[in-house]
Amino acid sequence: MNCVLGPDNILYDTLLFRVIYDGVGNVLPCWLSYVVAGIAMMMILVNGVLLGAGLFSWVERRLIGRFHNRIGPNRWGPFGSLQPLADLVKLLVKEDLTPRGADRIVFTIVPVAMLAPVVLVMAVVPFAKDTALANLNVGVLYILAVTSITSIAIFMAGWASDNRYAMFGASRGVAVLISYEVPVVMSLLGVVLVAGSMSLNDIISAQTIPFLLVQPLAFFVFFAGTSAELNRTPFDLAEAESEIIAGYHIEYSGVKFALIQAAEFGAVLTSSAVMVTLFLSGWSGPASNYLGWAWFLMKIGVLAFIFSWIRATFPRLRIDQLLAFAWKFLLPLSIINLFATALEVYFLRDGAGNLDTSDLWIMAGINFGVAFACLLVFGTLIKEKVRPAGPVTGATLTPGEAD
Amino acid sequence: MLFQDVTFWILSVMAIGGALGVVMVPDLFRAALLLIVVFIAVAGFFILLSAEFLAVVQVLIYVGAIAILIIFAVMLTRDVQRGNLPNRLQLPAAVFAALLLAALVTVAVDTKWEFLPADQQARVDLVQTNSVTTLTGGVLTEQGVTSDEDQAEVQEAGLADLLISDYVLPFEAVSVLLLAALIGALVLVRPSSGTGRD
Repeated sequence: MNCVLGPDNILYDTLLFRVIYDGVGNVLPCWLSYVVAGIAMMMILVNGVLLGAGLFSWVERRLIGRFHNRIGPNRWGPFGSLQPLADLVKLLVKEDLTPRGADRIVFTIVPVAMLAPVVLVMAVVPFAKDTALANLNVGVLYILAVTSITSIAIFMAGWASDNRYAMFGASRGVAVLISYEVPVVMSLLGVVLVAGSMSLNDIISAQTIPFLLVQPLAFFVFFAGTSAELNRTPFDLAEAESEIIAGYHIEYSGVKFALIQAAEFGAVLTSSAVMVTLFLSGWSGPASNYLGWAWFLMKIGVLAFIFSWIRATFPRLRIDQLLAFAWKFLLPLSIINLFATALEVYFLRDGAGNLDTSDLWIMAGINFGVAFACLLVFGTLIKEKVRPAGPVTGATLTPGEAD
Repeated sequence: MLFQDVTFWILSVMAIGGALGVVMVPDLFRAALLLIVVFIAVAGFFILLSAEFLAVVQVLIYVGAIAILIIFAVMLTRDVQRGNLPNRLQLPAAVFAALLLAALVTVAVDTKWEFLPADQQARVDLVQTNSVTTLTGGVLTEQGVTSDEDQAEVQEAGLADLLISDYVLPFEAVSVLLLAALIGALVLVRPSSGTGRD
């Protein structure tokens, strides 16, 4: 106990870190135990995300199998649950190819640059009481900043692969990412306004009722925007198999491909974790002092299930529909939501600028009305707008199907 | 303080090496990527100075937006692999760069950093005296900057207040400038009416 972490340290709120730090501090010098505890936390975080990604890849394939009325992977392990392990071994022993014209250095950095943001996001997400690795007072901004690195990684992949399909995929991917970033950020502003803080811990403690009820429109925009940013069907234009084979990761094989896939599956889980924290009151629930992690995992599971459900249900959008959806549908909705929320907060807050639970219920009532009206109006409007401009060859979606 | 020193030197090497790379590397795409390394290193400096807000905004705006813009611009350039060949503007550019550097250094050294409230001035003085090391909350508490709120105020609220009070005119001017640039870009790429494309 000779090493004591001061309450001013950014890691002071992390109970597990302090436990490891105190424990190791009995044997090792303080600075070394700080490093050891830090590395231990990172190991937990990185391996948690990667294991979760592996597990989710199996769950999703089984689920989509059910949705498609087929069986899905069921050979190895109970219900095929060891399938991710088999996939991993297969990918690890495969030859790791680099195209001849590729920019070797950039090509090699890409898988790491894709996986890093996914893991980094989890650093600020509290998965039970006092367990966020860092309780940043700018947590929401941090998440946005870190995830914006993904677009660079996608661009690097497309450019370095020396493949036209990869470049097409990367251009599409970046176009989607920068378009959907705008409504996503705007919808988060509503949450920040209601919570009065950007720290994720404060946002969770502000949710005496889940912000899903207080900010339904923001949740919808954030959910749609995030599933577009994750490149998942119906927004998977960047890697549309039937058009450009696999998009930006067409040239990747072996370990690098495994890392990119892990990043994609892990990103679903981390985005679910962020959404759980911002809209579903995070780890709180009955007996949350002990079962916080269970609530957190359960809520992530529900959101990940909805992600898989959407993926199995909707057909892919065309690029113009995709961009119109962002700029003509989600962006106005998020601006309306922000405006309504700002007005409500302005009129409902007390002298100290706080909102109590009854205020939140009033906001929930108003916002549900606003959300319903907006979805009705804009849903009708966008059907008119998204029709193909001219003669289009081949199979196209009618807007009705795309909705 | 050892860790902060080591981190400072690592970040410095990253920043300076990256900056040199941006200028020296002939491949424009790699130069753009090295610029991102510089941005991230600068964000690291902000974290060392306990300015998480600035660090995060640095990554969000410079890495997430400006770097993407630059990469798009690179894509529109001919002959990316060889980069720009030197031309006869080398000498004026060198003179201009030297003048700019001199101006920046002069401003940074000469400025009296006294526009902060007195209790927060202690923090700035500390930064200047221990120019390399980071301030922990403990040091701040010793110097009279007490609660967490005060320390947070220095960054976010202070910046926000300044932006919409004292500096509201430049702030608005910048937004108008950006809007003008946006409209200008649209006008430039738009096919002239009547003739259609090409």
